[in-house]
Amino acid sequence: MKGLLISRNDLNSWIKSLAEKYKTFAPVRTESYDQFSMITSPEEINWAYRNTRLSPKALFHPHSEKMFQFSLDPRDPSKNILKEAPKDFSPRVIVGIRPCDAYALKLVDLNFDTSQYKDPWWTKRREITTLIGLACTSPGLTCFCKAVGTGPFDTRGVDILLVPLEDAFLLEIITEKGQILVEKYNPGGQEPPPEVLNNVEKLKSQAESAISSFGNLELLSENSVSDFFDAPLWNEVQFGCINCGTCTFLCPTCWCFDIQDEVYRDKGCRLRLWDSCMFPLFTLHGSGHNPRAQKVQRVRQRFMHKLKYFVDKYRQGVACVGCGRCVEFCPVNIDIRDIIRRMISLSECAV
Amino acid sequence: MENPYKPYPVIIDDIIVETDDKNLRTFHLKFLNSEDERKFNYMPGQFAEISVAGQGEVPIGIASSPTEKGFLKFTINKVGKVTTYLHNMKPGEIIGVRGPLGNSYPWDKLEGSNVVIIGGGFAFTTLRSSIVYMLHPENRPKYGDITVVYGARNPGLLLYKEELFAWERRDDLTLHITVDATDDPEWKYNVGFVPAITKEKAPSSENAYAIVCGPPIMIKFTLPVLSDLGFPPDRIITSLEMRMKCGIGMCGRCNIGTEYVCKDGPVFTFEQLSKLPNEY
Ligand SMILES: Cc1cc2nc3c(=O)[nH]c(=O)nc-3n(C[C@H](O)[C@H](O)[C@H](O)COP(=O)(O)OP(=O)(O)OC[C@H]3O[C@@H](n4cnc5c(N)ncnc54)[C@H](O)[C@@H]3O)c2cc1C
Ligand code: SF4
Ligand code: SF4
Ligand code: FES
Repeated sequence: MKGLLISRNDLNSWIKSLAEKYKTFAPVRTESYDQFSMITSPEEINWAYRNTRLSPKALFHPHSEKMFQFSLDPRDPSKNILKEAPKDFSPRVIVGIRPCDAYALKLVDLNFDTSQYKDPWWTKRREITTLIGLACTSPGLTCFCKAVGTGPFDTRGVDILLVPLEDAFLLEIITEKGQILVEKYNPGGQEPPPEVLNNVEKLKSQAESAISSFGNLELLSENSVSDFFDAPLWNEVQFGCINCGTCTFLCPTCWCFDIQDEVYRDKGCRLRLWDSCMFPLFTLHGSGHNPRAQKVQRVRQRFMHKLKYFVDKYRQGVACVGCGRCVEFCPVNIDIRDIIRRMISLSECAV
Repeated sequence: MENPYKPYPVIIDDIIVETDDKNLRTFHLKFLNSEDERKFNYMPGQFAEISVAGQGEVPIGIASSPTEKGFLKFTINKVGKVTTYLHNMKPGEIIGVRGPLGNSYPWDKLEGSNVVIIGGGFAFTTLRSSIVYMLHPENRPKYGDITVVYGARNPGLLLYKEELFAWERRDDLTLHITVDATDDPEWKYNVGFVPAITKEKAPSSENAYAIVCGPPIMIKFTLPVLSDLGFPPDRIITSLEMRMKCGIGMCGRCNIGTEYVCKDGPVFTFEQLSKLPNEY
């Protein structure tokens, strides 16, 4: 690890210089919540934020995105032929992303960036973005990152990690991309003295110890899909769910989307839009048949996908980073932590 | 790497009404750019997304065989938004094709074996592709006996009729055409449900694979027949259907447990399916 102790003022002037060169996004307070917005000045950043209400996934996988455009004008020789929609892929910086949300992007990479197919827009946006993370020194009541294998100081998803100290920051360079940014735009700062590094270690273990473990997540891989699929648990879990889709909408590791065409006069475009496994239309066949027509099937799909199918398919742990958004905002208090505990105890009984 | 969402432009060359109820039409499509045609390398069992600007996309099995050059063939049932629009289109219009997508029937495994093909209704599309492929003079020696059972509700609903009757006369393929019922006194083929005809004709399971595609009810009653004939689950192959959008394993909607039907399928053996949740 290469670290720099940097004063708040120096950090601000560094971000200011970055914002002049790059499109820069950071957590900004709007009304009663925080959200990632484009900034021009570091003054706009809410450094004291816990986490944004909407996850930053929309910066890579927008809620609604134009994929292609076309003409339907009979006089146009390229009528009906889809052309790529122009997009701005100039380099950008995201400042202040939480380690959980940054790691979520790596998990979603497993879906969009494969050896067989690459999602052109996701991979391009990942490529042009440098992530400056912000370590989390006081996790919230609904946070459980450490319990699902990420953590408040997890560096695996970021290019640079900032650790907030009293009146300064420790700036850790994690990746080559982070190194390049620091070389291009010198943030100043100095080598951190040992007591600062000790302090950072202390902050880290304090933050981590605020989160209690569920037990052994490895147990999720040991049981078969059908052991979990047929468990009576889903009937109880689904009871209160109103299929509103809030959980999937807010979740940084939910990526499902729909594709729809829209036409205005003789022009049209093909759009991709966030979709949700919680909606019955998601799987409805044209024939009327629907493999997940019942709510219990959809609720089970959401949790089984995150906690079992994803685990088995990619062997990179669960598709949940413990950000707690779905726990906080589910209108009927369905709590994924409770479901993880119950799935683990199912496994414990079986072993 | 190319944008996997971008369809190749194609022109509708011909539209053939296949069935008496006019609900099934076969579309012959030609690539506008010859380099696109070269890139579109497929094997029987794969599908493609047919793209209609302003309407959307539908996943459709490829009914032509890679041994047929110069065009692609899709047989499309009129169901909802996109397929109804397609049925009203005319030759000469431009649409798009995106693919080939999904896996194919396991051609490497089928080599050297006898192949039993069982199809019902309009699920015969990729089976037609497979038969044309195997009958090609270059490929025919690679396979043992080829037995086909194909049924529809009545004679008017059989696909590819002229081809069927021609195949029926060949001696390098055994074809059993059947209908559930008919009042045609001239009908010289079988009458009976596909599972019953399969039982009656009893194709041998010796060194054989069975490929079964059709409505769920037909599959349900055909499986025990095949099992009695001695076909193990890992030698019974089928192709599944799920609602799809992306066709490349990214939009998340077509999974059965860990498997995306669009990318990991649509072709599975019953051995593989027995390990997945029964949610399709
Ligand atoms: C691998 C595969 C191969 C297929 N092969 C054929 C074929 O050879 N011939 C044929 O007639 N039909 C085939 N189908 C079914 C065909 O895709 C649907 O009938 C068609 O998508 C209905 O579209 P629609 O717009 O008319 O219906 P709507 O009900 O208006 O559907 C809206 C959209 O939902 C999606 N959708 C709806 N139903 C299905 C479905 N059953 N499967 C997948 N996506 C769906 C499509 O994106 C469709 O545009 C196949 C399906 C799959 C998955
Ligand atoms: S937020 Fe809660 S009620 Fe809404 S779909 Fe998710 S689990 Fe169901
Ligand atoms: S499942 Fe809930 S807690 Fe886990 S990453 Fe998604 S929103 Fe956050
Ligand atoms: S159709 Fe999108 S994942 Fe299969």
